[in-house]
Amino acid sequence: MPDMVTLPHSSLSGKPQQRQFNPYSENGGTILAISGADFSVIAGDTRQSEGYSIQTRYAPKVFRLTDNAVLAVNGFAADGNMFVKQVRQRLEWYRHAHAKDMPLRAIARLIQTMLYARRFFPYYVYNILGGIEEDGSGAVYSFDPVGSYERESCRAAGAAQSLVQPFLDNQIYFKNQVPRPGHPHPQHLSLETVIQLVIDSFTSATERHIEVGDGLEMFVVLAKGSPLHGLENFDGVQEMTVTNEGERIFVVRRNLKRD
Amino acid sequence: MDHFPTNWGRPRNDAFDAYGTYPISQRPYNGPTTDAFSDGIQHTQQPIVTGTSVLAIKYKDGIMMAADNLASYGSLARFKDIQRLHPVGNNTVIGAGGDMSDFQYIQALLDQLMIEEFTEQDGHSLGPSEIHEYLSHVMYSRRSKMDPLWNSLIVGGFKDEKRFLSYVDLLGTTYSASTLATGYGSYIAQPLLRKAVEGNEDVLTEDEAVKILEQSMKVLFYRDARSLNKYQIAKITADGVSVSESRSVETHWSFAEGIRGYGAQTQ
Repeated sequence: MPDMVTLPHSSLSGKPQQRQFNPYSENGGTILAISGADFSVIAGDTRQSEGYSIQTRYAPKVFRLTDNAVLAVNGFAADGNMFVKQVRQRLEWYRHAHAKDMPLRAIARLIQTMLYARRFFPYYVYNILGGIEEDGSGAVYSFDPVGSYERESCRAAGAAQSLVQPFLDNQIYFKNQVPRPGHPHPQHLSLETVIQLVIDSFTSATERHIEVGDGLEMFVVLAKGSPLHGLENFDGVQEMTVTNEGERIFVVRRNLKRD
Repeated sequence: MDHFPTNWGRPRNDAFDAYGTYPISQRPYNGPTTDAFSDGIQHTQQPIVTGTSVLAIKYKDGIMMAADNLASYGSLARFKDIQRLHPVGNNTVIGAGGDMSDFQYIQALLDQLMIEEFTEQDGHSLGPSEIHEYLSHVMYSRRSKMDPLWNSLIVGGFKDEKRFLSYVDLLGTTYSASTLATGYGSYIAQPLLRKAVEGNEDVLTEDEAVKILEQSMKVLFYRDARSLNKYQIAKITADGVSVSESRSVETHWSFAEGIRGYGAQTQ
């Protein structure tokens, strides 16, 4: 009788054998976003890797959602692409229902809800949302894989987060810097300064992290009526604006080292 | 423990069935309605009969792909005449590594899909990008059910003057590049392919492309123990799809005579 027999689980270890399919992978890369008074910069490298292999030198991680919102996703690429696809579909439904684009803070809450809906089989993705708030200020929202989020003015995520975030703390928040008497730290950084910081962050991360490199894709969102701040003189800048709402989006592509 | 004596077999109740003529299969079943396997739906698996590398490159006129004809059963070279390059419609070829039965299931899915689209008779046919999108959704949804199709697939195509080359695997991970390789090929052949192709996608001729793939297949045959020196090459151009007959390349093993072992075994 079967239930009287003790079935050996494994002839070797005496413990049950488990061979589990792992539904996740880690595809490297780094993303970064910084907001200013009337602009927001969202950037990511374009390398996609698994282990020590480069899968491709160009796989975008930063996506234009609307004319005032850009989403960067980093972590497991399959989850990331699928997540962006679903966010875009929800934004399209919103547009059809309300004849306008969803405001940035509403997109942020939408993303938290969508992430938390998968609390027990999470999207293995770190999200950073950048854009222009309804009051015209530049904003960055950062998320963890299950939807915890906050608005802040700068955030790095991904493989080189530990290299880039301390640099940003120092250069954006002026941590560990003592102002010269009579020369206080500036309240807001200029777009030019921010773009240079982003480029430097990625060249440095490329230098020191094997999963970062190949290309840099940097989106700049400008508030209504904001001047170009010298953006027009940038090499290889391309405008991506679609609506006439007033906010404008630009993308800058740069090469990074490929080794 | 089954407490019903009539289910025990012989000896049974003589008053009820004196000669034991009531077969076990027809006795009333009073046992538990579930057994050890009833809730054991198989969610995960492992590849059984497997194919190894698929290679693909962009060249001047379109896409060229290569895969050998072997389907292995572990280390046994089990089936030596398996085609791993499968045309779908008139503009697309998919190449598969990994589990061959899952690949055959995918072929059936795609053939069914193409028929459904054909019967619409709306003047549209699925191109390589649509097929890749479809496959990536199938692969991702199966991984999300923890019941993956254990393959690495390369989709190559040419439609509307445009080359298309993309990858999708059992996790639903996708990417495209001017050279792609699955399995061992991603370690051994991919560097060779990148060196030959990156930057030259628009100048490489058909003959040069064939040569690059032949060289890579030869290197793979030398180093990949699960490969076979019998392979096919597919090309997808403005003229449509063509998959070659099986072919092989010349190899020389005389150098092996001189090898006297590695490490401690030097004699």
